[in-house]
Amino acid sequence: MNDGFKAFWAVLTVLAVIVVFWYAACIPMNIKGVLTEQERAGAEVQPPSAKDRRDMSEFGLVLNNSFAIPATWEQDRPRLPAPHQVAVEMWETTVQKKITSKRSLIYHGWVTLSATILGFVIGTGLGVLLAVGIVHSRVMDLSVMPWAIVSQTIPIIALAPMIIVVLYSVGIQGIIPKAVISAYLSFFPVVVGMVKGLRSPDAMQLDLLRTYSASRSQGFWKLRLPASMPYLFTSLKIGIAASLVGAIVGELPTGAVAGLGARLLAGSYYGQTVQIWSALFAAAILAACLVGLLGLVERKVLKRMGMAQ
Amino acid sequence: MILVLFAIVVWVLGWWLNSRLASGPYADTRIVRFLAPFIFGVTIIVIWELLVRGLDVSLVILPAPSVIAVRFANSLPILWEDFVQTIIKGAFSGYIIGCFAAFLMAIAVDRWDFLRLGLLPVGNFVAALPIVGTAPILVMWFGFDWHSKAAVVVVMVFFPMLVNTVAGLREATAMQRDLMETYAATYWQSFLKLRLPAAMPFIFNGLKISTTLALIGAIVAEFFGSPTLGMGFRISTSVGQLSLDMVWAEIVVAALAGTAFYGLVAMIEKAVTFWHPSQRG
Amino acid sequence: MNTESTTQPVIEARQLDLTFQTNDGPIHALKDVNLTVDKGEFVSFIGPSGCGKTTFLRCIAALETPTGGTLTVNGMTPDEARRNRAYGYVFQAAGLYPWRTIAKNIKLPLEIMGYSTTEQNERVRSVLELVDLEGFGGKFPWQLSGGMQQRASIARALAFDADILLMDEPFGALDEIVRDHLNEQLLALWARTEKTIGFVTHSIPEAVYLSTKIVVMSPRPGRITDVIDSPLPKERPLDIRDTPEFIEVAHRVREGLRAGHADDE
Repeated sequence: MNDGFKAFWAVLTVLAVIVVFWYAACIPMNIKGVLTEQERAGAEVQPPSAKDRRDMSEFGLVLNNSFAIPATWEQDRPRLPAPHQVAVEMWETTVQKKITSKRSLIYHGWVTLSATILGFVIGTGLGVLLAVGIVHSRVMDLSVMPWAIVSQTIPIIALAPMIIVVLYSVGIQGIIPKAVISAYLSFFPVVVGMVKGLRSPDAMQLDLLRTYSASRSQGFWKLRLPASMPYLFTSLKIGIAASLVGAIVGELPTGAVAGLGARLLAGSYYGQTVQIWSALFAAAILAACLVGLLGLVERKVLKRMGMAQ
Repeated sequence: MILVLFAIVVWVLGWWLNSRLASGPYADTRIVRFLAPFIFGVTIIVIWELLVRGLDVSLVILPAPSVIAVRFANSLPILWEDFVQTIIKGAFSGYIIGCFAAFLMAIAVDRWDFLRLGLLPVGNFVAALPIVGTAPILVMWFGFDWHSKAAVVVVMVFFPMLVNTVAGLREATAMQRDLMETYAATYWQSFLKLRLPAAMPFIFNGLKISTTLALIGAIVAEFFGSPTLGMGFRISTSVGQLSLDMVWAEIVVAALAGTAFYGLVAMIEKAVTFWHPSQRG
Repeated sequence: MNTESTTQPVIEARQLDLTFQTNDGPIHALKDVNLTVDKGEFVSFIGPSGCGKTTFLRCIAALETPTGGTLTVNGMTPDEARRNRAYGYVFQAAGLYPWRTIAKNIKLPLEIMGYSTTEQNERVRSVLELVDLEGFGGKFPWQLSGGMQQRASIARALAFDADILLMDEPFGALDEIVRDHLNEQLLALWARTEKTIGFVTHSIPEAVYLSTKIVVMSPRPGRITDVIDSPLPKERPLDIRDTPEFIEVAHRVREGLRAGHADDE
């Protein structure tokens, strides 16, 4: 209890330091843009020539123009938006916008989330099936498993743009292409993790079942499958994170109009940094919720199975 | 139609061959362990070729392996330039900077309990986030060239590497630490002689995970802006021009680079952690 | 060195107390422990688990800090004694580093203490001979049996010139046959090196066979219930365990252990 309290304060302190550091970083990051704006608005800026300012270091400019510091946290299109600007943008685009609005972050988040979940379910389902096949068939183990392992070392996400365009050219668009990407990104980690899990019972436990002359399917349901659960959940958490990345990257190449990836891309086209940051945070929160949810299910399931406290 | 039938025959033949190998007396030898996936891979490629030709699949949907191979052979200079830009300049430099920075941070985190309590949960949290999303920001800050790609890679590999290294540095058992204490060893003596070697399996786990992340980061970051070369650039523009054979050629390069990079790290791991049970077997 | 130091006890504990604060309240690991150990003695600590025998050994090694009383090692505080490299410590498991060869493992304390390379090699050779492991210096620990690993860890503790050897159930994880053999070897080694040895065990025959002094301890709170000076001669073949004297001492130890348990119920 005491330790938990200490850890809580430690995390809070680290977060506070990050926020302070972030605000501090805004000053040198944004000072050049701010000074140009201030000069246009008629303020005295040191040095007055824009050319001189370009060659000066950010820190020197801050020292010469300390009056401009508050403005670095209030710019319209800053290089680095301040935390509260991102927070305000997120508040305005979630709570204060109708969910159906094209500017609602919840709407964009849902577009990405639905593709993520559809892909994740397909990918993990197929992954578990293949893992069962690999564990029960020596041929599949020998021929397929090495490729599943190698696939982990390859940036297979590079396939994403092609999948989108090819599926588009045969008339499939919308959620399906993104789900396909999400599916194959979560597929391989689940195969590898699940095979490991289904193989985790040791020789003694397998021998015990043999003394009961249990059938293969009994061995699977009563020993291998329960034993694989911790491994399954570990790879599910990796898989859902990969699925989300897949859905986001899947929104990049076609110039999609909806989804968090589209927000990122549009923001980077138009220099809307606040929009980029809020889309980024939305994606982060989404990932954290998905992983956290799986963690919760994991704890519940393992507890019921008596494998965790 | 004959080609399609032929594809089915090849499939049956490949599977039959592997079944024989798997149930044969040499199933556990190294040769079969190499041969079986090789036969499977070749079977898939042959079937792919036959089906694409037999069913007249359009080039803009799925090019045949032979077409991809020809394109690959004819575009070696371009592929090499893209490889240097994305893998060597972007991924590799970011990988080294990111892993090294994470290693130094891990030492600090391990040294001060407060940092471990506060920073590690944050690091664990961030490691699960879609960090490629920082790419548009970093491209805006560091420009279109490889520097911004390296920056994305640094951010991507930092947290997995940090979490693994910290876990590794705590791997030495209480007894081994006590032993160091009875020698009145200093912090750095105990670090160099006990905790660092004990952490190596974990550090290499982090390094291996990071190889793939580095390639992903470097390629995806190019989708947000790049000079007119690089693997991500080539993939997105070739997709736009529907020259899918070029896309596939780049993917072959990415696959080779990814496997080689990972294999290199795994080889160094084998040499460094030869003593670990997972490497002895 | 003055003349006094020859009569000075090697280990001296007066009213030693150690209380751990846990979530379930304080635990008296040691209470009112008084003990004097002279140079060259072989002292065994025996008792059921939780009696504080390991804790006491760890106090001597300055791995735990007592909460009351005084404890001196060679006339110094345990912490000073550790910095003077007064003792070698042998744990229950060999705890050899898997990434170092046996010879390199034995060099570990020597490297830390700054011995020259030639000195290191010389010492490794001599202690390997002492524990009967000549020719195994180039092997890795995982290529050796459990008994050999434990012998290597004793060699590691002997490598620097500590005159005290602290051993915490060093043979507890080994089978009886190996254990007998190692006990015999340990006695021979003790006779040759004239070190003072503190030895934690929960085996009565082991304690009686090895020791000149047997300290019987009991739990809750951890304390000493009996100190038995062994009448057995210094020369001890394995079959001494069948003599009436041996059985007599073993009987007294068993009585002491039972007494400790009696007021527990």
